[in-house]
Amino acid sequence: MHEYSITESILSLALEKASAASASQIKRINLVVGELSGVVSECVQFYFDVISKDTIAGGAELAFEVRPTKLQCRKCQTVFTPQNSEWSCPDCHEAGIEIVSGRECYMESIEVE
Amino acid sequence: MSVKVITVGEDILGANDEKARANKSRLDKYGILTINIMSSPGAGKTSLILSTIKHLRKKTRIAVIEGDVASSVDADKVNELGIPVIQINTAGGCHLDANMVEKALNDLPLKDTDLLFIENVGNLICPNAFALGEDRRVMIASLPEGDDKPHKYPAMFADTDVILLNKIDLQPYLDFNTDAFKKVVTGLNPDVTIFPVSCKTGTGMAAWFAWLESTVKNKKKK
Repeated sequence: MHEYSITESILSLALEKASAASASQIKRINLVVGELSGVVSECVQFYFDVISKDTIAGGAELAFEVRPTKLQCRKCQTVFTPQNSEWSCPDCHEAGIEIVSGRECYMESIEVE
Repeated sequence: MSVKVITVGEDILGANDEKARANKSRLDKYGILTINIMSSPGAGKTSLILSTIKHLRKKTRIAVIEGDVASSVDADKVNELGIPVIQINTAGGCHLDANMVEKALNDLPLKDTDLLFIENVGNLICPNAFALGEDRRVMIASLPEGDDKPHKYPAMFADTDVILLNKIDLQPYLDFNTDAFKKVVTGLNPDVTIFPVSCKTGTGMAAWFAWLESTVKNKKKK
């Protein structure tokens, strides 16, 4: 059900931007989501097709660019991708890390006619 | 007709964030400390709220918003204590959002409230993505869930201000490694405050009450 509210937000933001540009049809919505954002793209497209049907976004394709999880060591600044449960720095083995990528959840652009 | 690209560059949940900011400024006006309580189902959110009410009610005016997929079981328990409570049923939704909280605020006696608990839907995946207008985020992690949860749900643990490590009375029966848990959590979130507690026996609760009382007082001063 998480995806349903995300999808509603995607549709309303896209419609708002399309209407501001006086567009008559939304063809494609380009989204950026991180691995950690918990967004399941197939679910979002499914819900989107249902709720956008009677709008100018009906039939639009949702394109997801998925950003991988990247962590940065707070001590030596090394940026790395976590392997399974190993979340400490591969270089200096510090446990202090920051999530620098993987939590994205934004709309990059829309393609309209 | 030619296709035109319109750059958006906005957070998908931007509208929710905006509504959460409006909730926050409304609550700020009354000096209400608002706590968003999150955990997996069964970790002890309602137990924590009930025992905190019993301890603080003489000095602090408390109100509660209960979020659940269905039922009013939790709200009924709070109501029995004579505390103002609003039950939100999300009808399948796995988190509360700022819009639901805005409506609940309309039915609470804000003028007569110092401390508002918002009990989120039990879930470790997404409630942290939906700001509600809270001052602080408090997570409950309980020993039976296992010490590996911060690895599985890192965003939840990275975003919280306080973690109550609940059910420590069960330690003799479980393999939960508290040091390993704390190492991962403080690695992800160096500013977090962790209180090991048992809502059932009361062990460790004094530190949580003291933190809460001083945080309520600081909010009033502003």
